[in-house]
Amino acid sequence: MDWINAIIQGILLGGLYALFAVGLSLVFGTMRLTNLAHGDLTVLPAYIALILVGSANRFNPLYSIPIVMVIMFIVGYLLQRGLLNFVVGRGDIQGVIVTFALSIIIMNGLQEGFTANSQGLDAGKIENLSITISDRLAIGWLPLIIFLMAVVVVAALQLFMGKTKMGRAFRAVSDDQEAARLMGVNTRHIWGVAMGVALLIVSIGGVMMGIRTTFNPMLGSDRLIFAFESVIIGGMGSSWGTLLGGVVLGVAQLLGARAFGPAWQLLVGHVVFVLVLALRPQGFLPKTVTA
Amino acid sequence: MSAVSSAPKATVASRRFTVWVASRTNLMILAFGVLVLLVLIVFPLFGPTNWTRRLIDFFSYLALAQLWNLMLGYAGLISVGQQGFIGIGAYTLWLFSDIIGIHPLISVVFAAAAGVIIAFPAAALVFRLKGGYLAIGTWVIAEIMRLIVANIKRTGGGSGITIQATSRLAQTLGDAAWYSRVYWWGLAAALIAIAVVYLLLRSRTGLGLQAMRDNDLAAESCGVNLWRAKLYTYVIAGGGCALVGAVQAMYSLRVHPGSAFSVNWTAYLIFISVIGGIGTIEGPIIGAIIFYVLRETTSKYGTWYFIALGLIAIIVTVWSPAGIYGWVLKKTKFYLFPLQRRLRLLTEGSESRRTSRAETPEGAVQA
Repeated sequence: MDWINAIIQGILLGGLYALFAVGLSLVFGTMRLTNLAHGDLTVLPAYIALILVGSANRFNPLYSIPIVMVIMFIVGYLLQRGLLNFVVGRGDIQGVIVTFALSIIIMNGLQEGFTANSQGLDAGKIENLSITISDRLAIGWLPLIIFLMAVVVVAALQLFMGKTKMGRAFRAVSDDQEAARLMGVNTRHIWGVAMGVALLIVSIGGVMMGIRTTFNPMLGSDRLIFAFESVIIGGMGSSWGTLLGGVVLGVAQLLGARAFGPAWQLLVGHVVFVLVLALRPQGFLPKTVTA
Repeated sequence: MSAVSSAPKATVASRRFTVWVASRTNLMILAFGVLVLLVLIVFPLFGPTNWTRRLIDFFSYLALAQLWNLMLGYAGLISVGQQGFIGIGAYTLWLFSDIIGIHPLISVVFAAAAGVIIAFPAAALVFRLKGGYLAIGTWVIAEIMRLIVANIKRTGGGSGITIQATSRLAQTLGDAAWYSRVYWWGLAAALIAIAVVYLLLRSRTGLGLQAMRDNDLAAESCGVNLWRAKLYTYVIAGGGCALVGAVQAMYSLRVHPGSAFSVNWTAYLIFISVIGGIGTIEGPIIGAIIFYVLRETTSKYGTWYFIALGLIAIIVTVWSPAGIYGWVLKKTKFYLFPLQRRLRLLTEGSESRRTSRAETPEGAVQA
């Protein structure tokens, strides 16, 4: 029963990883920018929620999510237009350097403002509610909600990319920047919106994670790596693949923890990633082959 | 045969040319460099111990930056995972000196070898990714190495372990004598890094690498084996970083997974290379000096120091991506370590003026 429990918890954890990963994948897809600050940008929303809710817990942090999403969208748009647009299209190297430096700045900035101590968001009763299936198997409502949110986000993103005018512009810019520009697409604006949408999605995962566990400014690098591994395991460019990748990673981590002890959780996840990279480098559900 | 096509041929045949690889100034600087090197070699014999220790750190950064720049500036490999090899070097030193019982100063060689050996499978994995994703891939590899080391009880796990052999040596020899020995290894690491990078870039592979830096598609279509050239640089950098890791372990007398495998190493390397100038040998030297001065004066400000490093790296990358040395090059065309081959045509009139050592009568190429 413990094993089944580990698998179910792993699947639910995978939803969270997918919420982190689709943003990374979206940014890479539309502008070929690998955002190394992505992990730290998943930590930032939790701190914004913390400011909104305040130490007195003015309202339930769950209600702060829409406000945080709007704030993060604006942050993303301004970040893209004010800084990252300068390095998009100038090759991988400059993008990596600038976003890595940005990651260092955000991490140390959060540490300066909020100390390195772990913080938490208190959402009240829902944190402990669960569906009891048997006395040794229970599914927490919060992880389940996070997973369902991930499914909704992926489906919504698919619809957005496939059905809306803006989504079409995203795909056009992704396929051929020059041609899109000739057709009257303002690529700089599109990139700004793409980064905004990526950070908007990331806010959901960031705040939910802040409610589920504690968080500190140093979590960014791990989250970046989980997001990246989900993208690669799932197959680049595929949203459902990313969700699948997150699930595979989550299950691998929790089964690893169950089998060898909590210290091995991350390592087993990395090993599964390495195996996928070695044996099936295109991922499980590949869509694009461009890297 | 028309006159039009044969005329230039005749001209070409009558022209003599030489290929210059270094100017007279370069040779003078070389002489000066040898002098500086001699002073640096004997420095621990007369210099104060705290300066010897500072220089060990400086040489470490110089060597690391040089290797990182080789990967980034020439092979286009963006690694944010060199801390993995630094950690492997540090722990291999501990393994060989404390568990196997070889003298630490000799174990350094094994540490470098371990870096080289691990670089091969690591390369096979990360080279499946490209560009920015390759960067995160190298980070994952470094994390795997850190987690493995931290999960082994014998290594002291997450809290690290004191290297007994080095501590004993530091006690019996005394601080001054021990650190001067570490110093020579540090100096050797920096020299090896610069020499290997220079000689590699001077070689056939180096020409391929420089072609790759300028345009990888064109280079590949001219027959450059991109994969092999990248592998060489990755393996060399892996061995070199492990060597520096071993030097750092001897310097601090203990190993700790949190610091040996810290991603801060990469932050420093990026800063040094970006400030100095990516894709030049001189850049990292300038960058390392600036970084070192900055660290000595401002690292006490902790987080603000890191924020400043990040901001400077961003500003330079966005507005002056060539760095300080790139700016110098643009103004003066002066290379401390010349890598170019310059063709000089010797026409009748100017022949006497341009005569040089490098000249050969029948237009043979000296390179």
